[in-house]
Amino acid sequence: MKCKKCGERASINLRQHRMALCKDHFLEWIPEQTERFIKKYNMFTRDEKILVAVSGGKDSLALWDILTRLGYKADGLYLGLGIDGGINYSEESHRLTDEFAQKNGLKLHVVDVEKEYGYSIPILSEMSHRGFGKPCSVCGLTKRHEMNRIARDLGYDVLATGHNLDDEAAVLFGNTLQWAPDYLLRQGPVLPSAEGLARKVKPLCRFYEREMTAYSIARGIEYIYEECPFADGSTQVFYKESLNQLENVRPGTKLTFYLRFLEARQSGELFIERDSKQAHIHPCAKCGQPTSAPELCSFCRMFEKADAIRNG
Amino acid sequence: MTVKLILRNKEYEVKAEMALLDALKKCGIVPESVIATRAGELMTEDELLVDGEVIKLVAVISGG
Repeated sequence: MKCKKCGERASINLRQHRMALCKDHFLEWIPEQTERFIKKYNMFTRDEKILVAVSGGKDSLALWDILTRLGYKADGLYLGLGIDGGINYSEESHRLTDEFAQKNGLKLHVVDVEKEYGYSIPILSEMSHRGFGKPCSVCGLTKRHEMNRIARDLGYDVLATGHNLDDEAAVLFGNTLQWAPDYLLRQGPVLPSAEGLARKVKPLCRFYEREMTAYSIARGIEYIYEECPFADGSTQVFYKESLNQLENVRPGTKLTFYLRFLEARQSGELFIERDSKQAHIHPCAKCGQPTSAPELCSFCRMFEKADAIRNG
Repeated sequence: MTVKLILRNKEYEVKAEMALLDALKKCGIVPESVIATRAGELMTEDELLVDGEVIKLVAVISGG
């Protein structure tokens, strides 16, 4: 297989685009396309301060690398979740993130959830009885809360995450299977800022997970390869595997699924937006972040519950 | 005349001189779910496997 741009030996075949590229042209193509998506979806400008949520995984480190290569002002945020799983998962991902930041001369903010709130994610999951025995929902809730808090407290204009197309397609697939209109209406490459909420963007949302893996390998980015010990058997992984089966037979299925959804959502053909006032969004009585729950938000209620159990 | 494919902690043996895509299919591995590397370099699925070599398959799916 030959590179479409120079005719040299190809390193990757992008079947959904009917295009193969050599290593050098692939490493040029990824930032070029990222820049295109940033502009297309009005994510941010070069004057804005970006906070990149970095986990030590391939996608978030690749995103930080790409934004830096493109000349954006991007600092990192690492959240220590206290997950061990017999492989020092959190410690190792922190080490790799730190190494990446140092090697590239980048600024990294670190928040250790246990030091900040008194519980690691697995312990908090046990104490709060959320998530049916798995800490994934507690983890997701905590990450969203903390990323928003730090982005706002430190005055960043925008929070960028490394979600790729497979992540987005898996979420879309799950929400479609359940016809969850509220979640479907919220999904997109940009979640605009609102009272108490930082703008959130996903610059990698049109790249396949396979492409981000290839990019990290080709760039020599050291990332945590081990799976989160709690991800095994997760619904998200199951949806990704299922979509890959479809993609294998019909290249482009995942891309079309996601892009047609965005088009349909934007055109308003599929859903009618509910009046946002009906959702009764108001600031949480404790932390001030927006919530639709009465008085306290889900995050603060989770800690109240855990504290109540701990204090007997 | 064999080639070793390694994916996480699993090893597969296939015949040399077959295309990577055929080898993956033979092992029941969905090509979309891996990136193959030969001596650390990316390779495409049409490349022929060479006797005695070890191909490292990098799993692409991450959850969470």
